[in-house]
Amino acid sequence: MALPPEEALAATGATVRAATPDDPDTRAAGLGRLTPRWVALPESTEQVSALMRAATEHDLAVVPAGGGSKLGWGPPPERCDLLLTTRRMDHVLEHAAGDLVARVEAGVRTEALAATLAAAGQELALDVPVEGATVGGTLATATAGPRRLRYGTARDLLIGITVVLADGTIARSGGKVVKNVAGYDLGKLFTGSLGTLGVITEATFRLHPLPAARAWITVTVPGPADLPDLAALAGSQTEPSAVEVDRPSAGGPLTLAALFEGVAAAGRAEAARALLGPAAVTGPEPPPWWGRAPGEEFLLELRVRPAGAVPALAAVSRAAREAGDLPVHLRGSAASAVLHLALPADAAPARAEAFVSALRSGLGAHGGRLVVWTAPADAAARLDRFGPSGAATLMRRVKERFDPDDRLSPGRLPASARPGPALEDPAPSGDRAPRGESVPAGHPAPPEGPGTQGEGERT
Amino acid sequence: MTPVSASAGPSGRVSGLVGGLTAILGAEAVITDPVRLRTYESDGLTYHRATPGVVVLPETAEQVAAVVRLCTRTGTPFVARGSGTGLSGGALPRADGVLIVTSRMRRIIEIDIGNRLSVVEPGVTNLAISEAARPYGYYYAPDPSSRQVCSIGGNVAENSGGAHCLKYGFTVNHVLAIEMVAPDGEIVELDAMDPGYDLLGAFIGSEGTLGIATKITVRLSRLPETVTTLLAAFVSVEAGGRAVSAIIGAGIVPAAIEMMDALAIEAAEAAVHCEYPAGAGAVLIVELDGPGAEVAHQFAEVERICRESGATELRVADDVAEREAIWRGRRSAFAAVGRISPAYLVQDGVVPRTALPEVLAGIERLSRRYGIRVANVFHAGDGNLHPLVLFDDAEEGAGERAERVSGEILDLCLEHGGSITGEHGVGVDKSRHMTKMFSPEDLDTMQLVRCAFDPANLSNPGKIFPTPRLCGEVPGVRKGVHPLVASGEAELF
Ligand SMILES: Cc1cc2nc3c(=O)[nH]c(=O)nc-3n(C[C@H](O)[C@H](O)[C@H](O)COP(=O)(O)OP(=O)(O)OC[C@H]3O[C@@H](n4cnc5c(N)ncnc54)[C@H](O)[C@@H]3O)c2cc1C
Ligand SMILES: Cc1cc2nc3c(=O)[nH]c(=O)nc-3n(C[C@H](O)[C@H](O)[C@H](O)COP(=O)(O)OP(=O)(O)OC[C@H]3O[C@@H](n4cnc5c(N)ncnc54)[C@H](O)[C@@H]3O)c2cc1C
Repeated sequence: MALPPEEALAATGATVRAATPDDPDTRAAGLGRLTPRWVALPESTEQVSALMRAATEHDLAVVPAGGGSKLGWGPPPERCDLLLTTRRMDHVLEHAAGDLVARVEAGVRTEALAATLAAAGQELALDVPVEGATVGGTLATATAGPRRLRYGTARDLLIGITVVLADGTIARSGGKVVKNVAGYDLGKLFTGSLGTLGVITEATFRLHPLPAARAWITVTVPGPADLPDLAALAGSQTEPSAVEVDRPSAGGPLTLAALFEGVAAAGRAEAARALLGPAAVTGPEPPPWWGRAPGEEFLLELRVRPAGAVPALAAVSRAAREAGDLPVHLRGSAASAVLHLALPADAAPARAEAFVSALRSGLGAHGGRLVVWTAPADAAARLDRFGPSGAATLMRRVKERFDPDDRLSPGRLPASARPGPALEDPAPSGDRAPRGESVPAGHPAPPEGPGTQGEGERT
Repeated sequence: MTPVSASAGPSGRVSGLVGGLTAILGAEAVITDPVRLRTYESDGLTYHRATPGVVVLPETAEQVAAVVRLCTRTGTPFVARGSGTGLSGGALPRADGVLIVTSRMRRIIEIDIGNRLSVVEPGVTNLAISEAARPYGYYYAPDPSSRQVCSIGGNVAENSGGAHCLKYGFTVNHVLAIEMVAPDGEIVELDAMDPGYDLLGAFIGSEGTLGIATKITVRLSRLPETVTTLLAAFVSVEAGGRAVSAIIGAGIVPAAIEMMDALAIEAAEAAVHCEYPAGAGAVLIVELDGPGAEVAHQFAEVERICRESGATELRVADDVAEREAIWRGRRSAFAAVGRISPAYLVQDGVVPRTALPEVLAGIERLSRRYGIRVANVFHAGDGNLHPLVLFDDAEEGAGERAERVSGEILDLCLEHGGSITGEHGVGVDKSRHMTKMFSPEDLDTMQLVRCAFDPANLSNPGKIFPTPRLCGEVPGVRKGVHPLVASGEAELF
């Protein structure tokens, strides 16, 4: 005789509690207007596995959550009965300093990990993105900061992973040696999975020695045409670890900043003056905006090939103009050509849509991707969040194999839904377990968001 | 050593495909002549052999796709092959299958310095990319010792590394996009810019089991401003190992740290007269590269550490010729042992760097117990061992003993938290060791990836996984008895 869901969840040994409408955990997970029924706080991989088995038995939709960086990246899930937070899985399990390797639980905060490793003069060479972000969340969102130019992103530093699949299966791949090609690399699959393939419970990383010194060089110029030659800078023998750009308004001035690391960092930053010009300023501190997203509620990410970065700046300005002078704050990795764009949270949905489609069509020549990470609900309804991707079919097939019941974060990635924006409500769920309120990603919205009309059309 | 070999001669089903293949490729790109087929019997691991049913030499992605579609329609297994230098039997053909060789896909399509990338066809050799980029001051960083011959498609399939991957990473860290023919015959683009699952990363290292790469976009790296190479001799491998730990402990990540033991030095000396310090118990090659000021500082540190760790001799190379002289011995090592032993096995285990002394001592014990000499050449910086297990194939039972030593070395690596392969891949050679490293659940989960890409299990079947499994049905996938089930080679998953 099967137990009722709450008893089955309690029997897993994990702490499980009923969620409340203004639950800090569920708000942190970026569930939009969805309220799950329960929040689970497992303390081990085995408990996560037991929770997933119970969820499977009772057909509960599950959304994994990390520390709660208050960003609901990707469309909000269509269903969520159980929010599974890794908050209590926050141990650094092993730091083999001599091997430059660390094995951690997924709920470890990136800043806590950084502090632990720093004690041994080492680091995980990912920029700490934001207070409270967890290792699991950083992997699941595949985010990386400025130093991606030198060290790559999380997937380049991840050497082993433990995951729990939708049916409770515990699987590991990789290991704790930096060089290893045995079997498929599941870690790669799970970076960028946004909680849709399984729950990441442990991760092992290769580490780097902390650089002896850091130095920055910064210059502000009136427009993209005045920028120094980015290809020359990125390829210069001064070896910058990062080259970032910040442009608070689409037609306005830009600030370019480059980071150098190593014993001779200060001298190399000085040497870069040959490329940045006499107006450039060097120093041991980054500009205040360094490594921060330019906004939270309406955040886009533009990825192009390196030589496309400067044309992309122009394309952004043009698209902003075409969208009725939409204010756009651009910031990101100029040399790696990954740029974040923040739109005003109250941007009229039609203008936001015009901006996104103008920018996507402007990308044509250089290739590139425009992802809408976060958007206010009324604008989100009009936007294709991920744009076209050649890998969409294979991604959907991977999702089908890993999570055939679409139990994990349904609707977060196009892989888990119908291709393209979903336009109807999911069918009411007859005799299944009660769902939370459904707010599908592509829920049709009124043509114009309420209250935003006035400032919207200024053509 | 008993050669493992499958029965020769195209089976009825494959000979039935020749007409279709000829229509796609033209007669001269379809090989059925038994003598010519023999060229493709094995890769670098020559004791696994099979005569392919038929070999095709496509020139375009469209042709590869058409061949794969024909295979899928007829339930015929297919195997990709690059230059055949693989050391795990990954490109071992099937008598009942089609071998798709990329040797006519050798165009460097683009060297794009503005974007720091190059677009190449899969048959292009690793070194050719660096040579094409060098005039611009760039190169392709992963540098397997086989780089003059091995193909970039093979590198992608094996996620190949090289001496310099300690600092620069492996193939997977340097590939930006891949055009591939999926096992259903569709041409698919996997791009690092794509949001969502990192399918590009999952494909790299999949040993040809998830499809065939037909176009590869690689990152080009700037040639470093300064390169300094140092050769240090030690009385023993242990002393050399202490120097390695101290270098890493000092916060230095050299471009490469390689070690050779006395037997490997003897072999290299016999083969290429590299003139390493006579009587050394071990030599260490440390290469530093980067901005001049950084290298100068690190070099002073490394030199001090080597002296303090008891180096008996230090040599420094500052120009290309001197550097080549130092590397020549190391690069020749695999082939060189042929000079001191009639036959040998190359092993590819990995251990955490700090476990190196213990594991090397363990290998020494195994060597003594079985009376089999083992020469050690290894990537000391990342704990990747290449023990060369030497034996005389004319001697009764020696091959079996060598196999046993080789297998027990892997067990030793696993006991110390390591891996059964650092860069040569699993192929057919190590699939039986996979269960020692992974649980059934781990392997089943990997199989889900296989099923998503290749539900019919036709793309290089029988490699990597110990028991070939077939995928459960998903709506729309073909039904009927699978050839591998019919032949008893696979069980249903
Ligand atoms: C340069 C840069 C700057 C940034 N700046 C900011 C900023 O200023 N403010 C800000 O809020 N964010 C910022 N971010 C985003 C931030 O890095 C990520 O949102 C964060 O890493 C997510 O961590 P989290 O633990 O909070 O995850 P959560 O927000 O809890 O979850 C994020 C996603 O990951 C999934 N997930 C979480 N844990 C797991 C797990 N264990 N297994 C499977 N899936 C899981 C969730 O389901 C969800 O889809 C920035 C990112 C970058 C690259
Ligand atoms: C002397 C010597 C030294 C070596 N040194 C190193 C070293 O330092 N580091 C290292 O990593 N390896 C080394 N190797 C091993 C080998 O060279 C590499 O594995 C190499 O990447 C194989 O390339 P290949 O073109 O010869 O591939 P092949 O042997 O032809 O094939 C290898 C695998 O790749 C698959 N494959 C080939 N082309 C494609 C394609 N286009 N798409 C999909 N799958 C494909 C095959 O099916 C097979 O599974 C060495 C080998 C030798 C003989």
